[in-house]
Amino acid sequence: MKNTFIAQNPSVLWFLLALGLFSIGVTALSEVSGVGVISTSFVKVLGKMLCLCLIAIAMDVVWGYCGILSLGHFAFFGIGGYAVGMWLMYARTEGIVLESLSTQVIPPTPQEISDAIGNQIFGVVGSSDFPMIWSFADSLFLQLLMVVLIPGLLALVFGWLAFRSRVTGVYLSILTQAMTLALSLYLFQNDSGLRGNNGLSGLQNIPGFEATSQATLSIAFFLASSFALAAGYVFFAWVVSGKMGSVVKGIRDNEARVRFLGYHVESYKLFVFTITAIVSGIAGALYYPQAGIINPGEIAPIASIYLAVWVAIGGRGRLYGAVIGAALVSLLSSWFTGGGAPNINLGFYTVNWTDWWLVLLGFSFVAVTLFFPKGIGGLFDYLVRKPQ
Amino acid sequence: MSMLLEVDGVSVSFDGFRAINNLSINFGKTELRAIIGPNGAGKTTFMDIVTGKTKPDEGSVIWGDMNISLLGMSESRIAMEGIGRKFQKPTVFEAQTVRQNLAMALKNPRGPFAVLTHRKTAENARKIEAVAAEIGLADSLTRLAGELSHGQKQWLEIGMLLAQEPRLLLVDEPAAGMTVEEREKTTDILRRAAQTRAVVVVEHDMEFVRRLDCKVTVLHEGAVLAEGSLDYVISNPRVIEVYLGRADA
Ligand SMILES: Nc1ncnc2c1ncn2[C@@H]1O[C@H](COP(=O)(O)OP(=O)(O)O)[C@@H](O)[C@H]1O
Ligand SMILES: [Mg+2]
Repeated sequence: MKNTFIAQNPSVLWFLLALGLFSIGVTALSEVSGVGVISTSFVKVLGKMLCLCLIAIAMDVVWGYCGILSLGHFAFFGIGGYAVGMWLMYARTEGIVLESLSTQVIPPTPQEISDAIGNQIFGVVGSSDFPMIWSFADSLFLQLLMVVLIPGLLALVFGWLAFRSRVTGVYLSILTQAMTLALSLYLFQNDSGLRGNNGLSGLQNIPGFEATSQATLSIAFFLASSFALAAGYVFFAWVVSGKMGSVVKGIRDNEARVRFLGYHVESYKLFVFTITAIVSGIAGALYYPQAGIINPGEIAPIASIYLAVWVAIGGRGRLYGAVIGAALVSLLSSWFTGGGAPNINLGFYTVNWTDWWLVLLGFSFVAVTLFFPKGIGGLFDYLVRKPQ
Repeated sequence: MSMLLEVDGVSVSFDGFRAINNLSINFGKTELRAIIGPNGAGKTTFMDIVTGKTKPDEGSVIWGDMNISLLGMSESRIAMEGIGRKFQKPTVFEAQTVRQNLAMALKNPRGPFAVLTHRKTAENARKIEAVAAEIGLADSLTRLAGELSHGQKQWLEIGMLLAQEPRLLLVDEPAAGMTVEEREKTTDILRRAAQTRAVVVVEHDMEFVRRLDCKVTVLHEGAVLAEGSLDYVISNPRVIEVYLGRADA
């Protein structure tokens, strides 16, 4: 079965090969290996890029294959980030607090320790009490469970309500966007329990690994992201191949026909929506320790729209297209907005790329949609002849 | 003989307009039936009701040996009960191959997890080939459905219905846009299919209906106007008035 799957999907092998070479190359050129051509901060950029590629393939499965234009998948990504960020912040603050209290003559009570941690974490929002949602923040295992459970459950409930009422097309997109907006606005509030617009920070410091350099940690996360992308790619390639792929693509192209063939379309949509939400959560959980900070702005609806733009530019309905789109656009984006691109002086006006990058991206999106509906990935069709 | 499908006293209105008006119609277990009627007579809406797409305002739709009601069942559940439907406009999955189209329709478990872990079997492959042979697409299994001619798409869709192994087949205007030879082939397929199940064909074309050589039901304004052999119904003065007289004028 494995054989036939690989045999029928040779692009999976090519992808794994390319990703493997890329990962080895980056590791070999990083500061960890001693070469140092690739700086630690750039390793983080690349590691984050791999996480974005992972959520992009999830987006491709839900949109490109199943036809559900979700504008909410970045919310799941953010939830994954928050879930892991809570443990990172709690455990690290606990370490600091314990150390500073250890000099006291009278050993501190558990209540005093808890208050001190709460003060550290929630001082910025004028509070020191632990909100309920932090109940499990001391357990890495439980918080990692949240990374998959909360996006999964949210997607399941939201999807069930939406699909059951047969909300489709642009209305569904608006609904998913409303969900994202609501979540983002909620998190912006100081009493949301997640530090309002301050978000969670210091996530690049991994409790228990204080002695490990950021160079090493960055490579560890980079490789973990690479592995997650590889696993996600194989998993989704398997899901969209074979009969499941047929049904899912059928739903995209003609939902009613699939329904009259006897398939319960809503269950399939729910399945796809939920598994992609879970993978998005995992991608977020790997992304934010590399970014170091997460705040509600990350969940804003615009992020999910970018996600759709990456997938469209890379090419919908093919997983490697989504990877290409996410990698290319996210790297270009950090180059343009990070001041990497030289400004263009037109004499009467200076094109400042930090402002104009979005305009360029918008035009690229329109151009791709109009002239290359298959996206960059479509170019591969010219290279590979379809076996007849 | 007990009936396969009994539609009794069904009415449905769209914005106050009665598209189906106290319609009663029955089908036996193995029969071929043609339904004719002018545009807007409610033929497609009748199929929508039986297949669960449209909920009637009143009346009953009773199915099978157990006399279960189809009303309130989802479309997919009704399809699983054994009712296959071909749409007026051919709808096949153009981005997929003929084989994939047929494989999707094949009578197999329909749940997401069963489908996810589904494996190809020799038995299924044999069934797909048999259906493909029946609809004249045996040599086209690896072609994309989108590359097929209009007539071939219609056959593929009929083939998908056959692959479902339904007990009742509802076929909406299969001959539209077909050449004369294609029509003849289509009537042959439908007549063979009706030997082991009920096949209901909506069609405008009188020559096509004549070739089907079966009982004919005339619908008009959402109700049955006449029923019987083709020659009998077309000699019915009311039928001539509302349908033939106007359509052929
Ligand atoms: N979903 C709907 N909404 C409003 N009117 C409808 C709907 N479906 C059908 N109708 C109307 O019901 C009547 C019967 O339509 P239909 O069943 O398609 O006729 P036909 O016999 O030509 O297949 C037509 O007047 C049509 O306009
Ligand atoms: Mg019609």
